[in-house]
Amino acid sequence: MKKYRLIKSALISICRNPTRTILTTLGIVIGISSVIALMEIGNGASEVLAKNFAEMGANTLRVFPGSIIRGGVNSGTAARANLTIKDLNAILRNCPSVEKGTPFLSVRGQVVYGGKNWNPYFISGANEDYFEIAGRKVEEGEPFTAMHVRRGSKVCLVGETIVRELYGGESPVGKDLRIQNVVFKVIGVLKAKGANMMGMDQDDCVIAPWTAVRMRLRGAGSTSLSSAGTTTTVESSTAATDTYVGSVSLYAPKLPNMPPVRFGNVDSFLLSAVSADAVYKAINEVALTLRESHKLDDSVDDDFRIRAMAEFADMLKSSTKTTTNLLLCVALISLVVGGVGIMNIMLVSVTERTREIGLRMAVGARGSDILKQFLIESIVICLVGGIIGIFAGHAFSLLMSHFMGWPVAVSYVAIVISFGVSALVGIVFGYYPAWKAARLDPIEALRYE
Amino acid sequence: MGDISLPVLKGVSLSIGRGEMVALTGVSGSGKSTLMNILGCLDRPTGGEYWLDGTEISKLDNDGRADIRNKKIGFVFQNFNLLARTTALENVIMPLGYTAAHLSQKQMIEAGKAMLERVGLADRMDHEPSRLSGGQQQRVAIARALVNKPQILFADEPTGNLDTRMSDEIMRLFREINEKEGVTIVLVTHEMDVAMSAKRIIKLVDGEIATDELVEGR
Repeated sequence: MKKYRLIKSALISICRNPTRTILTTLGIVIGISSVIALMEIGNGASEVLAKNFAEMGANTLRVFPGSIIRGGVNSGTAARANLTIKDLNAILRNCPSVEKGTPFLSVRGQVVYGGKNWNPYFISGANEDYFEIAGRKVEEGEPFTAMHVRRGSKVCLVGETIVRELYGGESPVGKDLRIQNVVFKVIGVLKAKGANMMGMDQDDCVIAPWTAVRMRLRGAGSTSLSSAGTTTTVESSTAATDTYVGSVSLYAPKLPNMPPVRFGNVDSFLLSAVSADAVYKAINEVALTLRESHKLDDSVDDDFRIRAMAEFADMLKSSTKTTTNLLLCVALISLVVGGVGIMNIMLVSVTERTREIGLRMAVGARGSDILKQFLIESIVICLVGGIIGIFAGHAFSLLMSHFMGWPVAVSYVAIVISFGVSALVGIVFGYYPAWKAARLDPIEALRYE
Repeated sequence: MGDISLPVLKGVSLSIGRGEMVALTGVSGSGKSTLMNILGCLDRPTGGEYWLDGTEISKLDNDGRADIRNKKIGFVFQNFNLLARTTALENVIMPLGYTAAHLSQKQMIEAGKAMLERVGLADRMDHEPSRLSGGQQQRVAIARALVNKPQILFADEPTGNLDTRMSDEIMRLFREINEKEGVTIVLVTHEMDVAMSAKRIIKLVDGEIATDELVEGR
């Protein structure tokens, strides 16, 4: 029998009992649509998860200076002052897995506004990319820009804790903040982020352009060896509106007791990898670049340390995978249930149409013709159900995203797989009934009442 | 199917010539249905030979017999066995779907229409079996049996479900087909007056041929 005739006769016999066909198809529709809906909702969830993890720093890495041993005493991490802005530029130029980078320096000190004072957890200097790398959003006001960084402007952004403690909850934007007796202008408030995984209050902070921190504040970029605290009050600018450094911009003033540290020295780098997966690659690239720019030959150990929140990246991967697998299992179960439904109906159909099978055999249908006919019927039912299910599942997940605000991401892989799976279900669960039909004895089938 | 072997036909030796119209009669259990199943290539004899048009049928496998049934044999049943919710025309062309791959859909429909006209149902082509009378249904079944242009037609109690008037009509049709087209017809019936329409009556008793005689005057 020709293929199109087989398909046509299968379609005709499917249409002959529409109610039953619809009910049978429903099993597959539910199975496939739950696969699609779960995959789309699951994909959406894992995208959000990935974003959240990225905000928590899963794709960031920090570069610290290495330790130094002097007189048998190991100074521990971040003892040298050998990371310079040149290194950072080399990294950004040569490492494709690194997306953005910022120098990072921290100082401690008292901040004062009006009659109140406070000692923030960290007063940090960074460049304009910091906000994106660290996943900090600006709630009010503006982040500082590349221009501020280039000029070493005395501007800063503060966290919620500072707003609460110093400004009594009022907007600090446009107000002064004295850091180590240097007046900075507050230009923005960072969105609250809460405590990090170590329990540190991340809102207890002041962020300023690294050039300003480096130039104007004590103890910045000068690790233990570079004698902290020697850069005494360089200038005493009191005008809060003075966001422009007069004569000096990028080079530190030559002071008699200035340590032999270049201005470009920073405490550490904060880098972001292009994705959480690329963190390990980024580490290797950064290490290579730094070894080269520090002119280290193979016999010398690294004079820097790279830290990444690698567990984060791993956790992200495994949790996403677990979620997806779990959802797939659930969806698969409903597909199997749908498939058993198909088999059930096809078996009933074979019994019910025993006479028809006998007749078809009497007029010359071979067993294989009968097998094909029933198999095609179940495949057609499954494929139609699968197609409806794909649309129904997609509609359902859109509905979910519309009314529940769940994030949804279309999964084309799921659509292709669902289509294949529904055909497979048709073949697997249609085969036994079809085989039973093909094996019928025409004489008995014709006599069947 | 059972485990006990039960001989139904015992030493039947029979030959039917081309263009004959034979009635197989006998009481229930005499073996006439079994004989017809073997002759109709639906069943295989456990012993002996059956030659049909130069082919030894008992040596063929299921598919081989299916092909023979499709090309050389037409069946008419007591209960018509039409496909429900399928028009008369579609019922008639159904056998063509299996081996007549050389025919286009249009040719198949043409052949089906010609057959329905032949049995006098030109105006009922789009009717489903539920909307046809018993006699009309049987005529559709005859058209279906003839659509493959078989050389031999088997009718198993073709008038069993019909009243006398309808029976006469159907039997007239059979005779016509036999005489005008030379199709060999084998009728299975236990009604004597139906059997009298045939040219030759074979009576089976307990799986053996009791009488084999020509009908007088025909």
